[in-house]
Amino acid sequence: MIAPILSSAAGSVAARSEAAPAVAVTRLDLSDFRCYRQARIDLDSRPVALAGPNGAGKTNLLEAVSFLAPGRGLRRARLTEVDRIGGGAWAMAATVQTAAGPIAIGTGRDPEGEGRERRLVRIDGAPQRGQAALAEVAGIVWLTPQMDRLFLESAGGRRRFVDRLVYGFDPEHAGRVAAYEHALRERGRLLRERSGDRGWFSALEEQIAGQGVAIVAARRELAAAIDRAAAEGVGPFPRPALAMEGTVDTWLDEGPALAAEERLRAMLAAGRRTDAETGSTAAGPHRSDLAVRHAGKDMPAAQCSTGEQKALLLAIVLADVRLQAAARGVPPILLLDEVAAHLDPDRRSHLYDEILALGVQAWLTGTDAELFAPLAGAAQHLRVADAIVTPR
Amino acid sequence: MAGGPEIERLVLLLAKLPGLGPRSARRVALFLLKRRAQVLEPLAAAMADAAAKVRPCSRCGNLDTVDPCQLCRDDRRDGAILCVVADVADLWAMERSGAFLGRYHVLGGVLSALDGVRPDDLAIGRLVDRVGAEGISEVVLALNATVDGQTTAHYVAERLEPTGVRVSRLAHGVPVGGELDYLDEGTLAAALKARR
Repeated sequence: MIAPILSSAAGSVAARSEAAPAVAVTRLDLSDFRCYRQARIDLDSRPVALAGPNGAGKTNLLEAVSFLAPGRGLRRARLTEVDRIGGGAWAMAATVQTAAGPIAIGTGRDPEGEGRERRLVRIDGAPQRGQAALAEVAGIVWLTPQMDRLFLESAGGRRRFVDRLVYGFDPEHAGRVAAYEHALRERGRLLRERSGDRGWFSALEEQIAGQGVAIVAARRELAAAIDRAAAEGVGPFPRPALAMEGTVDTWLDEGPALAAEERLRAMLAAGRRTDAETGSTAAGPHRSDLAVRHAGKDMPAAQCSTGEQKALLLAIVLADVRLQAAARGVPPILLLDEVAAHLDPDRRSHLYDEILALGVQAWLTGTDAELFAPLAGAAQHLRVADAIVTPR
Repeated sequence: MAGGPEIERLVLLLAKLPGLGPRSARRVALFLLKRRAQVLEPLAAAMADAAAKVRPCSRCGNLDTVDPCQLCRDDRRDGAILCVVADVADLWAMERSGAFLGRYHVLGGVLSALDGVRPDDLAIGRLVDRVGAEGISEVVLALNATVDGQTTAHYVAERLEPTGVRVSRLAHGVPVGGELDYLDEGTLAAALKARR
């Protein structure tokens, strides 16, 4: 369960740990990765500022770092899409500095997948059965231009966003979400086939209710923890107020989790006929939404200006970084794609101060190297042009 | 492919085996053909023998050369307690443990709407019949802790309810020799719930 981790984390956000060394990528070796045929970058634990023209390969480096976490990376790409055009299966090796010393991570697309996409993961040379072990090495948090429309687009994107934040504290959440979605698909298939097997329906609905309420509870814990962390201070950023909204969420406000499970089970059983007609499932965590408000203006995020929305999102991500730092003792790696250019100088300098104060290895990209000038020697400045990375 | 249709057919059939794709099937075919006397011929004979003699037990679904199988015939086993497993592989796993001395019932899979496995495809009706006919006092559901496994367990338990038989499930929890620190929260919570 996620609750104790988050509440203890929230209590100590103010007391930032300075003793533990930052989690940082100190070497990145890419083969046939996007535009990179072969590339090696050696780094220290300071933030990394990447400057260069459009299409030079800056975001590809951030994507590579994002593959040090479980999942499909920051572009949510299919593994074959990551292969360099005209190249073989992509692979990367990285050295990650952690509190326990340097750890070697190797990952890439399985070239012998025989038609099935599979990502191989090795940690210190030992092949891993899944990607889950990656979550133990380092937390990775990102913000990309694709997320700019998060508050405007469908609730599905916001649920995914919250779920990814929950994974940072509770890797088990991924298993719960997968189990829930599997059971939901099974029920959907029975509905489409107009099955009359009540026993089978109720067995599936039992699973859906159990996993579903656990998912909703974990999301709510996270949203509440971020909300508290953001309330402790966001500098010149607008303070975001977060809450999860949905039928099951309301039930959890009203009573214990077991009662919510019972209600969800009953609602699913009663809704079989309607669900069969609409071809969907009327209730459950797949209907919840993350509601974000601009606390100062008391306005829904979706109604704020584009710039304010971006600033709210950044405030949420920074609060998450502070929470993870408090919970794990070390901050996660932070990937900020094209973020600096969209902030006014006041907010930009606060962002840099925050990054340096947290001791987080942030990876920043921008077309203009001048943006990163205030970081001076506190960061490593790299130039990216035509898939070649050079120190500046 | 070079080498004639016989080799191609062998590769195609091998590629149907679990865990093998076309590439590994070619490797296995080559391995077998290179070791004709040591591996290929004995393997072919063993497979022909198994195909001719091994049959599913008409009572429990176990695989054996006699029907009913040796486990069903064994009088030393407790006929009042029945362990329900999804597959023969799970039966073998239970037998390796040596801890269960009752009889078995193999369902032949787990419910999966997406894979087209429905209750009628599983030996659930036969299980209900057996409980009535054999004077069973307890049914132990030994199914995987996956969504499909647990859905099936729930379904079977519901089908058995009218018979009044006692239904139990394998506990989920701390593995023997396991350290608490390494357990995931879900398992630990399940272990705590099922504490004695």
